[in-house]
Amino acid sequence: MAYSEKVNEHYNNPRNIGTLDKADKNVGTGLVGAPECGDVMRLQIAVNEEGVIEDAKFKTFGCGSAIASSSLATEWLKGKSVNQALEIDNMDIVEELALPPVKIHCSVLAEDAIKSAINDYRIKQGLAEI
Amino acid sequence: MPSLPIYLDNNATTKMDPRVLDTMIPFFTENFGNAASRNHSFGWTAEEAVDYAREQVANLIGANPKEIIFTSGATESDNLAVKGVFEMYAAKGNHIITVNTEHKAVLDACKHVEKLGAEVTYLEPNLDGLIDLNELEAAITEKTILISIMYANNEIGVVQPIREIGELARKKGIVFHSDATQAVGKIPVDVNADHIDLMSFTGHKMYGPKGVGALYVRRKNPRIKVTAQMDGGGHERGMRSGTLNVPGIVGFGKACEICMNEMESDAARISEMRDYLEAELTKLEETYVNGSTEHRLPTITNISFKYIEGEGLMMGVKDLAVSSGSACTSASLEPSYVLKNLGLDDDLAHSSLRFGLSRYTTKEEIDYAINHVREAVLKLREMSPLWEMFKEGIDLKSVEWQEH
Repeated sequence: MAYSEKVNEHYNNPRNIGTLDKADKNVGTGLVGAPECGDVMRLQIAVNEEGVIEDAKFKTFGCGSAIASSSLATEWLKGKSVNQALEIDNMDIVEELALPPVKIHCSVLAEDAIKSAINDYRIKQGLAEI
Repeated sequence: MPSLPIYLDNNATTKMDPRVLDTMIPFFTENFGNAASRNHSFGWTAEEAVDYAREQVANLIGANPKEIIFTSGATESDNLAVKGVFEMYAAKGNHIITVNTEHKAVLDACKHVEKLGAEVTYLEPNLDGLIDLNELEAAITEKTILISIMYANNEIGVVQPIREIGELARKKGIVFHSDATQAVGKIPVDVNADHIDLMSFTGHKMYGPKGVGALYVRRKNPRIKVTAQMDGGGHERGMRSGTLNVPGIVGFGKACEICMNEMESDAARISEMRDYLEAELTKLEETYVNGSTEHRLPTITNISFKYIEGEGLMMGVKDLAVSSGSACTSASLEPSYVLKNLGLDDDLAHSSLRFGLSRYTTKEEIDYAINHVREAVLKLREMSPLWEMFKEGIDLKSVEWQEH
């Protein structure tokens, strides 16, 4: 299967690979997927006092589309408020990366990872899960 | 620097030997006759060429030329064997024994006859990919009419104890079919020494053309018959109707002849490169060879690079044409059933690459492949959360994963 140019570009030059301190109360961590399914994404956000995502990092075990989806997600998250981040929809990722139907689950996983990271952050802040 | 991309997917298909092409060309143009035309020289020329090829093919497997039924390829041969035996021996029984790591051509033909009343036992191989002969013997019943077990596996290259299986089948009076698509031309195969009754193989896995294969059908001790699955002019002793693919058959014959003469030296050279590739790649941490390394084709290695996903890895080794057990490309998202049926954990199955070498593979290509794979593995592990967790000493089996 041929990948789109954008998937290739993210795969070859992934943005924001790395690890934030998951014990930090301003850091939210989302770990989604399962090794048996062939993809696991870990997405982390660091949120400042104004509720703005200052930094975002990812690590992904998966195919090129999964790596590109999470790389793109971190790029989009940076500078967004937590509430704005919640608006990121998997179909935006599908469109941006021109993912074929069999790869839509990669974008769903990325959206889940964002939500999961935000929830982790909210719990640490004493807020209710969304 | 070798020319890129490097082809290491020779279990899918091989490049045709130019010597094969040379022998085929006249049979497309000036010698275009139908081998079944008995009344003019065009037909005679074609028939003569087919007869000669039949000898070349038969010689490679120690058979009599009359025992070679030409088909369109191994898939057709497998279908003819399984369905043809099921119909021909219906009066004797309806039980078939096979293995769950067979090629889909055998497994799906078995599924087909199950719908028509066959009982099929699917043996499970050990972790090394080999079947247990005691389990095979225990599975035999009075109704067993066919044992179908592949010679060598297409994903891991494991070579089954064919001779012992053949002996057992012969002793019990059961027809023994072997799908030898990956083995013929790569390792010595002798239908008599191995007690094989039916055997499928094909041209394009042994440097011959695509679209032509054969089913070996034993004529003596015992005489085996299969019911034709294609009705028509009664070609190929009535077992496979259809105008013969003369250029293809001529090329297939030539490919067999070349393999007969060069198999031994090819195998020595190729296995040395394969062993080197395997030794270098398994120097990487958490890297495992799948299937038996003792009973295996000389041309293949299947390696799992733990904590990275095979399709992602294939994208990282874009200068190599290889294949992966990760079926991420398929809608099912299921990893290779062959690796799963060995009892391999799904994460290892997802992390595998198959390297298939050929007589055209060079040391320079292998050196390039080693570096290319190594770089990709290191890069992908840097971005793998599983690798990080493994390095932190977290047992991944203890993690509650959020499956989606």
